[in-house]
Amino acid sequence: MTTETEHVDSVKTYAVVWIALLILTALTTGVAYIDLGPFSVVVALTIAVCKMLLVALFFMHVRHSTKLTKLVVLGGLLWLAILLSLTMADFATRSWIGA
Amino acid sequence: MVSEPHVESLALREQFNSAEQQKDASSLGMWVFLITEVMFFGGAFAAYTVYRSIYPGVFGAASRTLNTTIGALNTAVLLCSSFTMVLAVRAGQLGRRKQIMAFLVLTLILGMVFLGVKGYEWNEKYVEHHIPGPSFQMEGPGLQDHAQLFFSLYFAMTGLHAMHMLVGAGLLSWLLYQTWRGKFSAAYYTPIDMVGLYWHFVDIIWIFLFPLLYLIDRHGH
Repeated sequence: MTTETEHVDSVKTYAVVWIALLILTALTTGVAYIDLGPFSVVVALTIAVCKMLLVALFFMHVRHSTKLTKLVVLGGLLWLAILLSLTMADFATRSWIGA
Repeated sequence: MVSEPHVESLALREQFNSAEQQKDASSLGMWVFLITEVMFFGGAFAAYTVYRSIYPGVFGAASRTLNTTIGALNTAVLLCSSFTMVLAVRAGQLGRRKQIMAFLVLTLILGMVFLGVKGYEWNEKYVEHHIPGPSFQMEGPGLQDHAQLFFSLYFAMTGLHAMHMLVGAGLLSWLLYQTWRGKFSAAYYTPIDMVGLYWHFVDIIWIFLFPLLYLIDRHGH
């Protein structure tokens, strides 16, 4: 018995995602040599997040996953955000009190 | 739901209602494990962010000693390996044994190429005396001390990533053996699916390591 929720994506879908990932890699490498000031970090991380989303949604099949799995993935990213933002909130504000 | 006679198989263990439920449980478990890995690497990324914000100039100078071209090409190699990995999973979904083997072998080869290039880069750092420790040498104001922080984090993070790649290579080899033994079919390919998730996760870690270590301080010099 095959389950009706089994999603077999086409090779073409995967190939398009793969090409997009390679293009984004070339883009992020090229743009690194342009002086964007503090925005070079923003651009680099934005491209990295796009690549992460492509890999997670298509290669890791998150878009076909159950709601519970999607919730766990989002929850994990939320905890990562807490880890990074609270750590940086500490270090970024230490100079305010001259410590 | 009409319950079918419960014959235990790899695709349907006794404790599950359906093969689909078993598959979902495996995915969920694997994702929970991957989230612990996200937090594990997250600590390293947090440390890198903190020290980079304290010593931006030193981290920039140290980062510029890395070879961007090789880094970008190696990123491409890893992305290609994710592509072949997902095709191996797809071949699993369709139960095509020979295709599974072929794509697993390709993934394994690309993973080894990545590690080989990484080894070449590490050796370059060794030759340039950029490995933290008594023999560390880097000319420039503040570089001798604080650039070692950058390279400590560089070796720790790329080293942990490479260790994960080695584990992945071990898993791929095991999958190859199991596929060769005919363990997998369209009804049961969960191990290929799970190793795929792991492999893509390791790829995502590199997707962030590459710009943070190699790219963000290139401009203006």
